[in-house]
Amino acid sequence: MTDSAWIGAALTAARPQAIGALLRYFRDLDTAEEAFQEACLRALKNWPQNGPPRDPAAWLILVGRNAALDGARRLNRQEPLPADDRISDLEDAEAGLVERVDGSEYRDDVLRLLFICCHPELPNTQQIALALRIVSGLSVKQIARAFLVTESAMEQRITRAKSRIAKADVPFEAPGAAERAERLAAVAAMIYLLFNEGYSAGAGALRAQFCDEAIRLARLLLRLFQTEPEIMGLTALMLLQHARSGARFDASGEIVLLEAQDRTRWDGKLIAEGLALIDKAMRHQRPGSYQIQAAIAATHVRAARAEDTDWAQIEALYVVLERIQPSPVVTLNRAVAVGKTKGPQAALTLIDPLEDRLSGYFHYFGARGAFLLQLGRADEARVAFNRAIALAHTPAEANHIRAHLDRIERESMPATLEK
Amino acid sequence: MLYAVICYNDEDIVWSWSKEQDEAVMGRLRAAIDRQITAGKMGPSLRLLPTTAATTFRKVQGEPLVVDGPFAETKEQLLGFYIIDVRDLEDALGVVRELSDANPGSTYEIRPIALYLPDRRATASE
Repeated sequence: MTDSAWIGAALTAARPQAIGALLRYFRDLDTAEEAFQEACLRALKNWPQNGPPRDPAAWLILVGRNAALDGARRLNRQEPLPADDRISDLEDAEAGLVERVDGSEYRDDVLRLLFICCHPELPNTQQIALALRIVSGLSVKQIARAFLVTESAMEQRITRAKSRIAKADVPFEAPGAAERAERLAAVAAMIYLLFNEGYSAGAGALRAQFCDEAIRLARLLLRLFQTEPEIMGLTALMLLQHARSGARFDASGEIVLLEAQDRTRWDGKLIAEGLALIDKAMRHQRPGSYQIQAAIAATHVRAARAEDTDWAQIEALYVVLERIQPSPVVTLNRAVAVGKTKGPQAALTLIDPLEDRLSGYFHYFGARGAFLLQLGRADEARVAFNRAIALAHTPAEANHIRAHLDRIERESMPATLEK
Repeated sequence: MLYAVICYNDEDIVWSWSKEQDEAVMGRLRAAIDRQITAGKMGPSLRLLPTTAATTFRKVQGEPLVVDGPFAETKEQLLGFYIIDVRDLEDALGVVRELSDANPGSTYEIRPIALYLPDRRATASE
């Protein structure tokens, strides 16, 4: 890696901590971002000459803060900016700062920065866009391209979201335990939203990189909150899902179902990390929805072949998930497991009452069609599959269902025509 | 003479590398490792997953303490390490308990491995 690539990675890694701390000093997001920008510019000049500092985040915070204060003084008194060499010798100052800013303060800084992106009045896509801009440091252009909108539209969206959070009045004191837990939960939800935005985009889409970014943010959060089982669960869940990304689509971009995936194409490194994390989380015996979902993903991943999958375990985990987080979608997922353990009729009975609530849900009709087909009720299966196609979000989803329909057509053809 | 070479870096930065950056570094490392294997100087090597996936087992007196995260006290130094092949964390803790009984007072960081390259010196020199 070249020096400049290393510096780029270091600046990205330090960004949440540095902007989080600068936000605490200045209580204003724009000032914090500008101060960080200024510190980055000085880092690009200073680090190649003097070598990178031991604690890049502390360096950036100190330099950013001084630069912003100098800027403010200069505005007040029209004094020239101090020469760079007067602030370039930072070794002593840096050591002092590291001592003063202890881990717990940094921790709440990063959490606060992530939390302000989760304002409940902001629609999901704006929360994600804001986090990508402020926390991850993606340019407006990059975010706009990923969301397939124009740069000016995205600029406007982010500006509006920022002005809304500026009025939100997030307290800057260290949060109490209950408040911290609440913030963590909101931030976890936003990170998972970001992940899903990438996960559902499909292979090749620019948004697919959001999965990596969501995992990076989750690892960062986990370093700061090492004993939170739900943060372990969230990270494990994303790692285990992302581990399968190389096998989820075939060469022509069509969906490959979990059962048919080539397991040698799963990423063993991500799986090892995900499994270690879910094991750690379970030891706390404080179950939560991310942990249960990660445990389900872990059960899939632990099976060497699809037919070795422990469906009874998966069904039991969905029962727990239903209790923690009751929702028709969770019941639908449990039905898939029930279909494996007790057969398609039991699964169908379970999902029949869900139709009203899931009438706009692609996967409901996809699963329903599959159960009916297994029961040999081809006509009803066709109706369900047609409704699924109408609700598909991506061409790959629609094509996947079309393949089922084609099979029904082939199999229902009279034998005489099939020469 | 055998040496252990232990690699340190800021994991916030390393695990922020893009897939391409990571692959580039790992590719260059693999080439360097291969050259050293051919020279008969490189034994097994491994890469660890981030410390967020680590668990620390500590037993000073009485019941052992199992805590989340890496072992990070500077008073103690790295004495050695083991590669174990186990089913899950519980299984790993079982192994560590036995090691700890044999060597009381030591602390063990249980950290999953990202990449493991076994010893290929013997075959490389043939």
